[in-house]
Amino acid sequence: MYRTTPFYERTSVLNKTGLWAHWSGYLSAAQYQLSEKFEYFAVRNSAGVYDTSPLYKYSIRGRDAEKFLSGVLARDIRKCRPGRAQYTIWCDDDGFVIEDGVINRLSATEFMLSAAEPNLAYFQGLVGYEEVEIEDVSDSIASFAFQGPLSRRILSAISPDVDKLGYFHLTETKIGGSPVTVSRTGYTGDLGYEIWSPADEALGVWDAVFEASEGYGVVPFGETALLMTRIEAGLLLIGADFRPSRFAWTDADKSTPLELGFGWMFRSIETESRPFIGREAIRNELSNGSRWRLIGLVLDWQSWDDVYGRAGHVPPKDHTPLAEETMLYKDEEQVGFATSWMYSPMVQRHIAIAQVRPELAALGTEVSFEVTIDHHLDYVKARVTRMPFYDPPHKTA
Amino acid sequence: MPSQRTYDAIVVGAGHNGLINGAYLAKSGLNTLILERRHLVGGAAITEELHPGFQFTTFSYALSHIRPEIIHELDLVEHGFMPLLMESLLAPMENGDYLLLGQDEQRNITEIRRHSKHDADAYQQFTHDVAMVVRAIKPLLDSIPPNIVSKEPEELVRMAALAQHMRDLPPRVIHNAVRLLMGSAADFLDDYFESEILKASIASSGIIGSKVGPRSQGSGLVLLFMAVGEHDGDQGAWAFHKGGNGGFTQVLATAARAFGAEIAVESPVDTVTTDNGRATGVVLADGTEIEAGIVVSSLDPRRTFLELVDPRELPSDLVESINRMKFQGTSAKVNFALDGLPTFPALADRGPEPYRGFINLGPTIDYLERAFDDAKYGWFSKRPYLDSCIQSTIDPDMAPPGKHVMSNFVQYTPFELKGSDWDTERENLGDTVQAVIEGFFPGFGDLVLHREVVTPLDIERTLGLTEGNIYAGEFLAPQMYFFRPAPGWNQYRTPIAGYYQCGSGTHPGGCVMGGPGRLAASQIIGDLEAAE
Ligand SMILES: Cc1cc2nc3c(=O)[nH]c(=O)nc-3n(C[C@H](O)[C@H](O)[C@H](O)COP(=O)(O)OP(=O)(O)OC[C@H]3O[C@@H](n4cnc5c(N)ncnc54)[C@H](O)[C@@H]3O)c2cc1C
Repeated sequence: MYRTTPFYERTSVLNKTGLWAHWSGYLSAAQYQLSEKFEYFAVRNSAGVYDTSPLYKYSIRGRDAEKFLSGVLARDIRKCRPGRAQYTIWCDDDGFVIEDGVINRLSATEFMLSAAEPNLAYFQGLVGYEEVEIEDVSDSIASFAFQGPLSRRILSAISPDVDKLGYFHLTETKIGGSPVTVSRTGYTGDLGYEIWSPADEALGVWDAVFEASEGYGVVPFGETALLMTRIEAGLLLIGADFRPSRFAWTDADKSTPLELGFGWMFRSIETESRPFIGREAIRNELSNGSRWRLIGLVLDWQSWDDVYGRAGHVPPKDHTPLAEETMLYKDEEQVGFATSWMYSPMVQRHIAIAQVRPELAALGTEVSFEVTIDHHLDYVKARVTRMPFYDPPHKTA
Repeated sequence: MPSQRTYDAIVVGAGHNGLINGAYLAKSGLNTLILERRHLVGGAAITEELHPGFQFTTFSYALSHIRPEIIHELDLVEHGFMPLLMESLLAPMENGDYLLLGQDEQRNITEIRRHSKHDADAYQQFTHDVAMVVRAIKPLLDSIPPNIVSKEPEELVRMAALAQHMRDLPPRVIHNAVRLLMGSAADFLDDYFESEILKASIASSGIIGSKVGPRSQGSGLVLLFMAVGEHDGDQGAWAFHKGGNGGFTQVLATAARAFGAEIAVESPVDTVTTDNGRATGVVLADGTEIEAGIVVSSLDPRRTFLELVDPRELPSDLVESINRMKFQGTSAKVNFALDGLPTFPALADRGPEPYRGFINLGPTIDYLERAFDDAKYGWFSKRPYLDSCIQSTIDPDMAPPGKHVMSNFVQYTPFELKGSDWDTERENLGDTVQAVIEGFFPGFGDLVLHREVVTPLDIERTLGLTEGNIYAGEFLAPQMYFFRPAPGWNQYRTPIAGYYQCGSGTHPGGCVMGGPGRLAASQIIGDLEAAE
């Protein structure tokens, strides 16, 4: 049967809709209340709570843990000091992305990596004679995200360390009497935190946060609202925006870090000697060019209205996040594809995460976005834009 | 105080239409000054901290009509535009039951079936029929209407285009449009529904701001007007802008300034100066003279034509039309600061969720019609209809944690009271409204920390809206489209060259819509280009 998370005792009562998604074998609320859009707005205007317990969590520790990770992860872990977190990726020898995740550095020799897919065999298979222990601690650590502009005010009332916590920093503190790690990370592109606690003490932590939230309009939010916020934040989703290279059929079905916009991770690749998996392939790609380039697209509102108006429709502005490939054209030639898109309530336009031929990646470049209306195809103008689409100053301030 | 003595354009009044108009004029390159009489911008769309920590939407309280083009053309998103969804409509009934409609269409159907199995798909049909009419009339809302008395070729072309547009509509759509525009909300709804609570909660939108009952002809038009708005493409849905409609007008002010417009508050305009039939500028109440070749009034038609300029400079038939225009405000507001969340007993275990939209206190057509009866004879309703919202459930920043603000739009409250006046009756009205709420939310009175009663007289005094009419002129068929505010003067121009109108008393009309401000700007810019 599908498993339930350590918070199920609470989430099952809070979920009034009976709508559950399946995430890594767990029941994960799709939406708790009648309006998923309200849950979304709570994240953008107040704060929301999202149960992230189904994430895979790996404890990586030992004298050589840093050395091991600096060779396995594409982003340089040595630059991540204890008390910091890093968004990172790992690649295969051919320089294709296997997966992405966030790694918390708890001390000089202890790390915790969270990821959407299981990776234990892969990581363990890479351990040589180093002194590194990798343990799947997914079941023993419960986690939830607390995201939104009011999250700091609320959380620092019960955990004062949080008040000064910088973006992608972490702190070990207590909430509801239980030991927790709070990281200033998240998947919504807003001010927010993730709270990691022992699974058997999870409910007390959850209750303490909800109690502190009383009167602030805080609600739990489900997967639909989460996926809306992550598209606005321009954050990629495995399985939607790229596929893990380990299980792809063809190279065409794989993505490189440069194609996915992670070039910033390799700014010093030519001046540093750090060996890591995929390094040579990435260097080659840096000099020879990539197939695609990740971009943000904003659809032209006038063109959208015209296309639907011509067809006699009231132009739909649906916030439901869609993770399906949509083709992009320039002068009748297919030049790229969008992988996730939606109507963004904050941007007030349709937005899409997409990949195009590198020569079309410049800001402001116009392409045509394919839509299906009444059994025919039509094309909406779209422009390359900066991501994140929504990037409030309080995210990092 | 304005920084200069001469501008290209002056906009009188910094309500949302004045701000929008000024922003477009500035965007087109005109050196533009917006003059506001009060200490704050926004006009009827303001938010004020009237009790420490509690933000009140004194007047206007929800957003739906704002033309999407304006959001894009004025870059409002960059300046903080944030329309939070009002997700539901809760209609309590006198027997303790309720109707609760929301975003989930399937759930709405099961909820309606609780009241009438017949009305379930009837509701889908009704929604679709209204949406078809809205789609048909939307192009008319977003363009300058033809001048019906003009023989100019350009106007004949406009009339022909309008006729063509009508001819292309399916007969069912045309007929539904006419039934709505000419008929009563109650008659229209009777054709679809049998459930009283469903009918009443829809019909109530047909009386908003207007001196009509649900059974009066004319309430169909108001019902249709309330349906032309949207939230993110969802027709007829409403938003609560972050920080209220005052939060929205602050966004407009920032946008207007970003385009280069200057806004001066506490600068009441006394008169618009003219020379030889041309506008030359304005004189402020303190005697300051400011020059501009273009002056735009966002005030209502009475003030635009009879107060800011000398009516003797105007054709007498225009003056007569303006004098005949019906204002007769019949709406009031009663706003509360609350110590906690009021609860409707049947939903006591549901927390704030059912209140995150509108609460419709007016459970039957008879209830609404009786409330209107009182007004016909010169008194406020003994049991008024209330359109209520507890806005802090949508935007927690409106009140301190755990506390709430509640906005109640009240009908009917005729501007003219027989044998008394509003200064005498203000708190009686407050008590009457509070008693209605208490009836549905027992214990409500114990939660009240602060009460603000806004009568039609207060609306007139504070905003200058004649007789407190919230739309700057009633939404009656003879005062719309070709005739708003007067035949031949529905294209934002006036008989005085360079003097224009852009307020809610012009097409498409009132509500926080911005249509008048935007279309007036396009007329002005077009006239300037033609003159070059
Ligand atoms: C109580 C109430 C509730 C409402 N509720 C809603 C609602 O929920 N949703 C909705 O969409 N609509 C609502 N409306 C209608 C809507 O708010 C108005 O139609 C709209 O705000 C009017 O905008 P405006 O810019 O045309 O005029 P106004 O907002 O009236 O602006 C005119 C401005 O001119 C200023 N002024 C007056 N005289 C002078 C002078 N001599 N010199 C300089 N400045 C001057 C005034 O102070 C004011 O700021 C409501 C209106 C009221 C009164």
